[in-house]
Amino acid sequence: MSNEAALHGHHEVGTTHDVHHDEHHVHHHKETFISKYVFSMDHKTIAKQFLISGMVWAFLGGMMSVLFRLQLGYPDQTFPFLEDILGRWAKGGRISAENYYALVTMHGTVLVFFVLTGGLSGTFANFLIPLQCGARDMASPFLNMLSYWFFFLASVVMISSLFVQTGPFSGGWTAYPPLSALGGASPGSKVGMDLWITAMALFVVSSLLGGLNYISTVLNLRTKGMSMTRLPLTIWALFFTAVLGVLSFPVLLSGFILLLFDRNGGTSFYLSDIFIQGTGPGTGVLPNEGGSAILFQHLFWFLGHPEVYIILLPAMGMASEILSVNSRKPIFGYMAMVGSLFAITILAFLVWAHHMFVTGLNPFLGSVFVLLTLLIAVPSAIKVFNWLTTLWKANIKFTPGMMFALGFVSLFISGGLTGIWLGNSTLDLHLHDTYFVIAHFHIVMGVSAFFGMFAGIYHWYPKMFGRYLNNTMAYIHFWVTLAGAYLIFWPMHYEGLAGMPRRYFDYTNWESFKQFAELNRFISTVAMIVFAVQLLFVFNFFYSIWKGRKVTTLNPWGATTLEWTTPLRPGHGNWPGEIPEVHRWAYDYGKDGREFIPQTEPISADESKHH
Amino acid sequence: MATSAIFLLAILGLGFLITFQIAKASEYVSVLKGEKKSFEQSNRVNAFLMVVFLVLGLIGVWWCNELFYKKTLLVQPSASDHGEKIDMMLWITIAITGFVFFLTQILLFWFAYKYQYKDTKKAFYYPHNNKLEVLWTTVPAIFLCVLVGFGLYYWFQITGEAPENSMKVEVTGQQFSWTFRYPGKDETFGKKYFKDINADNQLGLKWEDPATKDDIVVNQTMYAVKGRPIKLIIGSKDVIHDVGLPHFRLKMDAVPGTPTTMWFTPLYTTEEMKQKTGNPDFEYEIACDQMCGNNHYTMRGVIKVVSQADFILWRAQQKSAYSLAFPPAEAPKQVVPDTSAKASATTAIPVVKAKP
Repeated sequence: MSNEAALHGHHEVGTTHDVHHDEHHVHHHKETFISKYVFSMDHKTIAKQFLISGMVWAFLGGMMSVLFRLQLGYPDQTFPFLEDILGRWAKGGRISAENYYALVTMHGTVLVFFVLTGGLSGTFANFLIPLQCGARDMASPFLNMLSYWFFFLASVVMISSLFVQTGPFSGGWTAYPPLSALGGASPGSKVGMDLWITAMALFVVSSLLGGLNYISTVLNLRTKGMSMTRLPLTIWALFFTAVLGVLSFPVLLSGFILLLFDRNGGTSFYLSDIFIQGTGPGTGVLPNEGGSAILFQHLFWFLGHPEVYIILLPAMGMASEILSVNSRKPIFGYMAMVGSLFAITILAFLVWAHHMFVTGLNPFLGSVFVLLTLLIAVPSAIKVFNWLTTLWKANIKFTPGMMFALGFVSLFISGGLTGIWLGNSTLDLHLHDTYFVIAHFHIVMGVSAFFGMFAGIYHWYPKMFGRYLNNTMAYIHFWVTLAGAYLIFWPMHYEGLAGMPRRYFDYTNWESFKQFAELNRFISTVAMIVFAVQLLFVFNFFYSIWKGRKVTTLNPWGATTLEWTTPLRPGHGNWPGEIPEVHRWAYDYGKDGREFIPQTEPISADESKHH
Repeated sequence: MATSAIFLLAILGLGFLITFQIAKASEYVSVLKGEKKSFEQSNRVNAFLMVVFLVLGLIGVWWCNELFYKKTLLVQPSASDHGEKIDMMLWITIAITGFVFFLTQILLFWFAYKYQYKDTKKAFYYPHNNKLEVLWTTVPAIFLCVLVGFGLYYWFQITGEAPENSMKVEVTGQQFSWTFRYPGKDETFGKKYFKDINADNQLGLKWEDPATKDDIVVNQTMYAVKGRPIKLIIGSKDVIHDVGLPHFRLKMDAVPGTPTTMWFTPLYTTEEMKQKTGNPDFEYEIACDQMCGNNHYTMRGVIKVVSQADFILWRAQQKSAYSLAFPPAEAPKQVVPDTSAKASATTAIPVVKAKP
């Protein structure tokens, strides 16, 4: 009933403002293909650009993991067809150690930055902030457009590094010098590394342009009545994400610039006491003295740790929103949820050295970081128990978005708890840089952030494209991915408990680690199946853009938030008439016996007070 | 192989096609049946699958443990005193996080099943409860204090000063091997300088320093004594490496330009561990744990833990690095000034090359 009312109401508004016969185009400028789909300044189009670029990157990054898992699962076999497809990357049908490390490095870089930062924040901050705050667009649509095109440029440079003769950078996504600084130490550290740094610098520019926009939009462009405490949790999460990015990415950039000087300018910020074995340029005794290799790690992890939360917070925000909508219940403890997001944001800046417990860090300093790191478990615990209480006595609709949100919570618990192991320096001595770490961070920020992203895609797809994704494919996607993720990463904890180091090309010559050959083969097989099912999702995504079931109601999930008050296919400017006014918080589900009450509905006199 | 690859791709494509057809068909069926009815049906199925996933997942956790627990280090005794503390910490952490894991996962999937959508039901409007929120702020905080307390208690013991009587060994990592230096009878390491590294002097030792004369340098295999604390002074010649000692449960980075240290007491000899693990090929392996280049995975070293008597025997057999670089018979010859520039670059006597 309320849907029709809203629809009707907007038609009226549209006709009273009869400036344009097409209600999708409020603005007067004429749109060409270029301005509408390429150099668009519409936040919704930019969001889709980020999403599709992110999906291309996710495909490439995932494909890389399949290739290196092939080596880990079948270290003694050759696959001649790989040479037909990949050429010099798989000479003789086998990924060489050099290419293996290039793949591992690129997989990390691509997934962390280009997919789960650019693809995730870029998509949902752009799409949801104006729609859920009630704004016509971002504070600066032009900078927003630049943000995407810097991301695009960064992508082009990063991809080009795959094709240089000495190969792409292959020293791990954390790019620790001296390995990343010295071409003599590894071929991947030659021109491939310069391209890698350039791409990352462009990426940081993109991220800053986007982040500043998100922050100023949330702070300044909320519609009438939309106080900060009435914002949906998605917006809070995306806001804190942007704050984290704006404060920490510049530090990373400064670290990279110093690295660039060390590489090409003869400086010694990170270099000291180095003798490189071998012949040719860049080997022998190097003149550098007095630098500290550990300095880079401080600069890197000062971003690197907040980066984990840059990836995770949007997923948390979207999961909170989607869990509440489909539970038909308000999110439990809204203020505690905002408070814990805030606490995580602050603590994210104070824990970076827990990545460095075994670098020779002063043990006292280490102990401070243990305390601060384990403190993060408190806001995380609040969030988990609040999600569980949101489900308690709910009336749950298992939409694909809801399923992925539930999967997110499960994975966040599993991966979060092992963080308590690794954040404890005593255990880190044993587990650092083993498969335990791989299992931990893939579950807690890799797969779970992907689940948040999938939840968001399934939930907001009707708003993005005016059609639904196919549900059957969605359910297959969900169950195979959830089961597969656990099958891949759960046993890795045991490999870690055997001390099996990460980033090894081959374990067969190690007496201590070779007992896992069979398990590695199993993990590789599951990884390939899970990757194939992601292709099913990609197919569903593109097929449904044109052929999916059409959305016929304005508010298909019965949600309270503002994005569902826009027309089915909103044009640039989002609302054809005036922007609706907000009268309540975003979570009035099941209140006073009503299914849901949109934020735009004024509070009536006989309504009960909620908090 | 190429045909099998094509075959595989064909199967994959066929699988996609079938899935797609089923997915499309189910969409048409739902239109025919009515959206509400098909929603209710799929909701019931997915709610049921939630509880199935929970049960299978719990069985899977148990099964995985059955299969792989015996392949971890937890079935072996820790080979160092520090490792015993780390294992203790591990069990405390497993107990606490394990309890939370089962509690929350069971609640999550059980709630999902139990509170599935029913037409007749209304969700309970329950926006917040301060008492509950205080409860799950303070209880986790208390448990974390326990973990931090134990963790730091062990941490300071492990990272504290090494005992006075500990044996000192200098460990140097390089792409892609390990070099070890023992201080010799004088218990003092001679000076070294990285610019003096060359083919005959792999650590850049300062030959004119008297303390250098009896230093012993060996590659790949290091000897330690059972029951005697050993202090490693760790460095690197090129990039960052890491001395990873899985059986001792320890690791420490090797950073060029910044020496680091680590100490522990080996509890069992290599021979004893061969019996304890039932593996005749057992070795205490040193695994490089920090990405160091394309042959990172081959950077293997070995620690032989032996009795004090065996160690003395072994050390007596070693020649000092100085005597290896300047065999006693040849040494006097080299004092004669060499006319060949090339020869003097490689074999010049240390006094000539030394920096002030």
